[in-house]
Amino acid sequence: MTTTPHNSTNFDPWFANYADRTAQLSASEVRALFAVASRPEVVSLAGGMPYVSALPESLVQETMQRVVRDFGAAALQYGGGQGILPLREQILEVMELEGIHASPDNVVVTTGSQQALDLVSKLFLNPGDVVLAESPSYVGALGVFKSYQADVRHIAMDNDGLVPDALRAMIQRVRNEGKAIKFLYLIPNFHNPAGITLSWERRVEILEIAKANNILILEDNPYGQLYFDEAPPRAIRSLDSEQVIYLGSFSKTFAPGFRTGWALAPHAVREKLILATEAAILSPSNFAQYSISEFLAHSDWRKQINTFRDIYHERKNATIAALEQYLPKLTWTNPNGGFYVWLTLPDQVDSKAMLPRAVKELVAYTPGTAFFADGQGTQNIRICYSYPTPERIHEGIRRLATVVNNELDLLDTFKPVTAPIRQIKPEDRVISPPPNIG
Amino acid sequence: MNRDIRQVAVLAGGISHERDVSLRSGRRVADALKQQGIEVELIDPNHTLFEQLKNRHFDVVWPVLHGATGEDGTLSDLLELAGVPYIGSASGAARLAWDKPTAKVLLQRQGIHTPKSVTISKETFRDYGAAGVLELIEAQLGLPLVVKPARGGSAQGVTIVTEPEQLAQAMVSAYTYYEVALIEQRVVGTEIAVSILDTGDGPVALPPVEIVPRSGVYSFEARYNAGETDFFTPARLSDELATKVSQNAVLAHQVIGLRDISRVDLIIDNDGVVWFLEANVVPGLTETSLLPLALESAGHDLGWVYATLAATAAERSRSSADDSDNPDRGNR
Repeated sequence: MTTTPHNSTNFDPWFANYADRTAQLSASEVRALFAVASRPEVVSLAGGMPYVSALPESLVQETMQRVVRDFGAAALQYGGGQGILPLREQILEVMELEGIHASPDNVVVTTGSQQALDLVSKLFLNPGDVVLAESPSYVGALGVFKSYQADVRHIAMDNDGLVPDALRAMIQRVRNEGKAIKFLYLIPNFHNPAGITLSWERRVEILEIAKANNILILEDNPYGQLYFDEAPPRAIRSLDSEQVIYLGSFSKTFAPGFRTGWALAPHAVREKLILATEAAILSPSNFAQYSISEFLAHSDWRKQINTFRDIYHERKNATIAALEQYLPKLTWTNPNGGFYVWLTLPDQVDSKAMLPRAVKELVAYTPGTAFFADGQGTQNIRICYSYPTPERIHEGIRRLATVVNNELDLLDTFKPVTAPIRQIKPEDRVISPPPNIG
Repeated sequence: MNRDIRQVAVLAGGISHERDVSLRSGRRVADALKQQGIEVELIDPNHTLFEQLKNRHFDVVWPVLHGATGEDGTLSDLLELAGVPYIGSASGAARLAWDKPTAKVLLQRQGIHTPKSVTISKETFRDYGAAGVLELIEAQLGLPLVVKPARGGSAQGVTIVTEPEQLAQAMVSAYTYYEVALIEQRVVGTEIAVSILDTGDGPVALPPVEIVPRSGVYSFEARYNAGETDFFTPARLSDELATKVSQNAVLAHQVIGLRDISRVDLIIDNDGVVWFLEANVVPGLTETSLLPLALESAGHDLGWVYATLAATAAERSRSSADDSDNPDRGNR
C-alpha cells in the first residue's frame, strides 16, 4: 500500500508497471464463488481433479522410499533442463500405447504438461498471433495463450471432433486478415471440456490440412489412456514427427502432485524448449522424476491405469444416469473416457449467471464460458465426474436440476419482457476454478 | 485489558457467496491478533463448531463470516445461547442491518437521506406480470437505477441500470443471489465509506474513505483486486461535509443498534447531500478492505485495535453474565 501527500491510497503500488500481457490476470466474482467448492457440504462437479485415492498409499510410500534410498543425492539435486534420461526412455514406452515411436532425445520433461503449454506458447507466440483451437477448448491452455496475447480462434466440433471444413474456412479467413497462424491446439482424446474424441479419419485429414498450410499441431493428450470400452485412435503424432508437438502428462495416470509431464517435439523445437525451460525453472523436479521413474519401473502401472479406468467409467455412468433422471430434456455428450461431460442448457439460461444460485444449492460446476476465448459457452456447463463418488454425483446432478429449474422459472417470469436476456461478452478476468477444488 | 485475552477463535469461510472474502478477512485478522501475542485458531465453521467452542474455552470468538451465515443475526443468537463471548453486533441489530430495505426505513425515520427505492420479491413479478411491474418501476423511479439483492454484500448481484431494456436482466441477476431485490434511484456523486469503531466508550467514526474505482463502478472485482480502485483517506471533503458524513454514519450505527465495528456506505451528491446506502455488520477486513485502511489512516495499529475489541467483548460477556436477570440481555 502506498500513500501520497494527497492521502491517495492504492493497494497495488505497481499497478501501472505490469506488462500488458497480465491484463487478464485478475480474479473475478465468478472465480471467488468456487471457494465454496472446498466445503464437503458442496458437491463439486467443477474441478478436474483425478481420484488419487485410488492409488495405493503403500505403493506411493514404497516408491518414494526407494527414491531416497537409491537416488537420494541425485533426486535432491538440480537436474538437467531436459529431464532425466531413464524417465524419458520410460515415457517412450508410455507413448507406444498411443502408437508413437520416438527417441528419448526428443522428449523434454516439464512441470506438468501445463508448463509444456506455456513453453510452446513462449517459443511461438508474438502478441496478436493466431492460435486455432477447438470450440470449446481447455481453459488452462486458453489462459496460457491469452497470457502471451494471442488471438484465439475457435473452430467448430461435432461428435467426431474438430470439423475439417471449419478448420479450412478459418485458416482462409485468418490468412485474408493477414495474420499469422502459429499453431493448431487440439485435445483429441476425451476432450476437456467436451468429452469428444477426434475420429481417426479426421486426424488424418486435419494433419493433411495442417501440412498443406504449414501449420504446426500442438496435440495435448492427458486422457488418452483413460478409455472405458475401447482405446481411442492413434495419436496424430504417430503419423508425423515434424508437424506435431505432442504433450503428455502423468497427472491422470499417476498423480498430479508430482507435477510431471512432457513435450515430444521435433529436434529444433526441442532444443529451444530445453533452453526455455532452463530459463524458467532451471530443471524439472528431480525428486518427482525419480519417483515417477521408480513407479514405472517397479509397479504394474498398466494395472493402475485399469483401476482408474474402472472408477471413472462407473462415475461417468452415474453422471449419465443422473442426467437422464433429473434433466431428461437437456442434451449432453457421452464420453468413452476421460473426466468430462459437456451439458447444454436451454437456450435462455446463462450458466455463468446461474452459478451463485448453484452455490446456494450446494453444487458447483464450471460454466461453459471458461472454455471459450470469445464469450461463447453461456449455454453450457462442464461436468467433471472424476472426483466425487457415484452417490455424490447423483446428488450433485439432483441439486443442479433444482438450480436449472429454478432458473428457468425465473427467466420464464421475465420472458415476455426481453429476448434474449443473456448478453454475450468475452470474459477478461479469470473465471475458471483453481485446480485444487474437489 | 488486552492481557486478559489469550485465545481467540476467528470464524472465517462458511458457506456463502462471500466465502472467499471471509477467508481472506479471517487470515488477516488472525495475523494481526497473533502479532499481539494472542493465540488464534482460524475455524471454518461446520457442524462441529459448537462442540469445538465448548471444548476449547476461547476467551473470545470473532465471527468474520460475510454473507448470510455471519451477518443475518443467526450466528449471534447461537453464540449467545452458547454463552460464548463474541465480537460483533447482537442478533437483532444484525438482522436490521442485513436487510437493506429495513435499514433504510429505520434511518429515513431519523431524517437521514436514503435513495428512493422499492423492494420487490421475485414472486411479485410472477404474480403481477413482469412487463407491467418493470414499467411501473421505471416510470416512478426513472433512470438510472441500482438493482441489488435486498440482502447481500461485496456488490454481488448489483447492476447499474441506465437503459430500460437492462432492467429485466438486472432483476434476474439480483434474484440469483436472493429472492428479494432492492431497486434504488442511483445517486451520482462521491462514494464514501465510514467505519465505526466502539471499544467500549461509544461509537467513533474513523476517517471517511473516499472510493474512486478506476472502472467507474465499485464492483466486486474493483473491491478485491488490488490496484483497481484508488482511495482517499481522509476523503477529500470540506470539514463541514466530513463532519456531516461522520455524524450520519455514527447515527446509522446507533439507530440500527450495531456494536463493536461496522462500516456505513454513503454517497454525497453534487449538491452536498449525504445519502445512506447500507450498513455492514461484518465489514471486510482483507488487504483491500476499507476498515483496516481507515484504522491505519487514523494511526491505529490493527492488532492493538483487534485485541482491544476482543477484550471489550470478553468484558461485555462477563458483565452480561453478572446481569443474567436482565430480560434484555442478548437482544441489544
